[in-house]
Amino acid sequence: MSRRALSFLLPVLAGAFFIGLWYVVRLQVIAADQRFLLPAPDAILRAMGERAPMLWSATLNTATGALLGFGGAVALSFTLALGLSLSPLVRASFYPYLMVLQLTPVIVLAPILILWVGPGLKSVVIITFLICFFPLVVNTTQGLISTDRNLVDLFRMSRASRLQEIFLLRVPSALPYFFTGLRIAATLAPIGAIVGDAYAGNSGGGQGGLGFLTIIFSAQFQLPALFATAAVSCLLGFVFAGAVVGLSWLALRQWHDSYQRKDL
Amino acid sequence: MSASSPVVEFTDVAKRFGDAPPVLSGITLCAQSNEFISLIGPSGCGKSTLLRLIAGLSPVSGGKLLVGGRPPAQEASDLAFVFQEPTLLPWLTVRRNIEVMLRLRHTPADRRRALADEALSLVRLTSLATHYPRQLSGGQKMRVSIARALTLEPKLLLLDEPFGALDEMTRDHLNEELLAIRERQRWTAFFVTHSVAEAVFLSTRIAVLAANPGHIVHEVPVDLPYPRTPETRLSPAYQTLVAKVSLLLRSVEVSTPHAA
Ligand SMILES: Nc1ncnc2c1ncn2[C@@H]1O[C@H](COP(=O)(O)OP(=O)(O)O)[C@@H](O)[C@H]1O
Ligand SMILES: [Mg+2]
Repeated sequence: MSRRALSFLLPVLAGAFFIGLWYVVRLQVIAADQRFLLPAPDAILRAMGERAPMLWSATLNTATGALLGFGGAVALSFTLALGLSLSPLVRASFYPYLMVLQLTPVIVLAPILILWVGPGLKSVVIITFLICFFPLVVNTTQGLISTDRNLVDLFRMSRASRLQEIFLLRVPSALPYFFTGLRIAATLAPIGAIVGDAYAGNSGGGQGGLGFLTIIFSAQFQLPALFATAAVSCLLGFVFAGAVVGLSWLALRQWHDSYQRKDL
Repeated sequence: MSASSPVVEFTDVAKRFGDAPPVLSGITLCAQSNEFISLIGPSGCGKSTLLRLIAGLSPVSGGKLLVGGRPPAQEASDLAFVFQEPTLLPWLTVRRNIEVMLRLRHTPADRRRALADEALSLVRLTSLATHYPRQLSGGQKMRVSIARALTLEPKLLLLDEPFGALDEMTRDHLNEELLAIRERQRWTAFFVTHSVAEAVFLSTRIAVLAANPGHIVHEVPVDLPYPRTPETRLSPAYQTLVAKVSLLLRSVEVSTPHAA
């Protein structure tokens, strides 16, 4: 069988095996009176179908928050990284405070944000932003300062301006690092938006996101719906991560070693 | 640079980094136009540093250094540097890599194209112009790096162990190619190498350096006629010189206390 066919078939087989195992565990391992704790995959699908409109609007709200927070973090972290790449002194003075941002738990941040900007999209965006910011800024800065020393000399010998050095040399050579940060942030963004929504989201007028739904469903003890929410959250994460993998492929496939085709 | 005055003139030059002991000291060396000077010596003796001084990438700490009759300046337009690694921009094709320095110097597009075409054909890479560096072999990448230097139409070419990472056959081949290019373009070269055979094959003169601090202990003129061909390597005169320089180098390396 060709490698390509195998690479398609194997994940499908693994998925089928996993679902089979799920049923076996549910029916053979778990006692009958406990079975409600692990809803069957078909029950989860049914729950998803029944609550499709609700899940869809929650997903849209969460996706909006995640995208805005993520986009803002990308733009601002890039700008800050450019500044941080200027000198070790600048980095030494800023890094500890960036750590503070990263280390403050959302559960502490949420009530403060609610007081400052009110619950809802704004709070969710800010929480997502804060969660995405650190890995982005650290990776991009690292990339910007890792430029080949000899290339910098070559540019200086060609009388390149400071801007040319940054945008024609440092930024392109930082791209692989930037995309590493971007991949991490892309998986964090939907999680950040969901957690942010759970703590500081808006419940009113269909503005809730997946975090809010999670709270509702768990309060009502609706396990299939809870699992359905988890599945939808995963899908959203896949979309984010997939989009970044695609972007990185577009930007790097021509020249970066990580996309070097192997001789088969 | 007029023909009469030396292209590069070191007079008792010293170099130190901060408070550390000097890396170079008492360097006195004069390169006339169209000379090909090889620098050979134990690693860490300051050969790269010496090239960086000429390129104006690092200031001298003592003595006097004149390049084209003036203090060295990193923006000197008639100087080109080739590093040990190809030092290409991996996100640009071969052609764009060759043109990038000219682009930075605001050379008009048609002139840029003409210079790049000429350099590509000099290093025989015209057919690979649209490839990316990762698609090339080590020797091909090095040729791109040399082509890029040649587009600058340098009067002074500084090469820091450019073929050090290549296998011997590729290296011999590129040595011949470099001399062939030299027949068509007139530049003065400083060439750092670890290979005595390479130094003898290429140079008009070889400077043997010792370390701690780096200084020139021997200057060996190479009186082999150009053009030099693979047959040159078989001539007794060539082999005598290789033996002589090897012995000089060995005596230097033995007497040099190696830094930990
Ligand atoms: N920028 C620098 N700062 C401090 N020391 C340096 C610097 N560049 C080179 N050196 C020191 O100068 C010495 C000579 O280095 P180098 O010129 O690279 O030697 P070579 O090229 O002959 O191997 C080494 O001991 C090295 O550690
Ligand atoms: Mg060196």
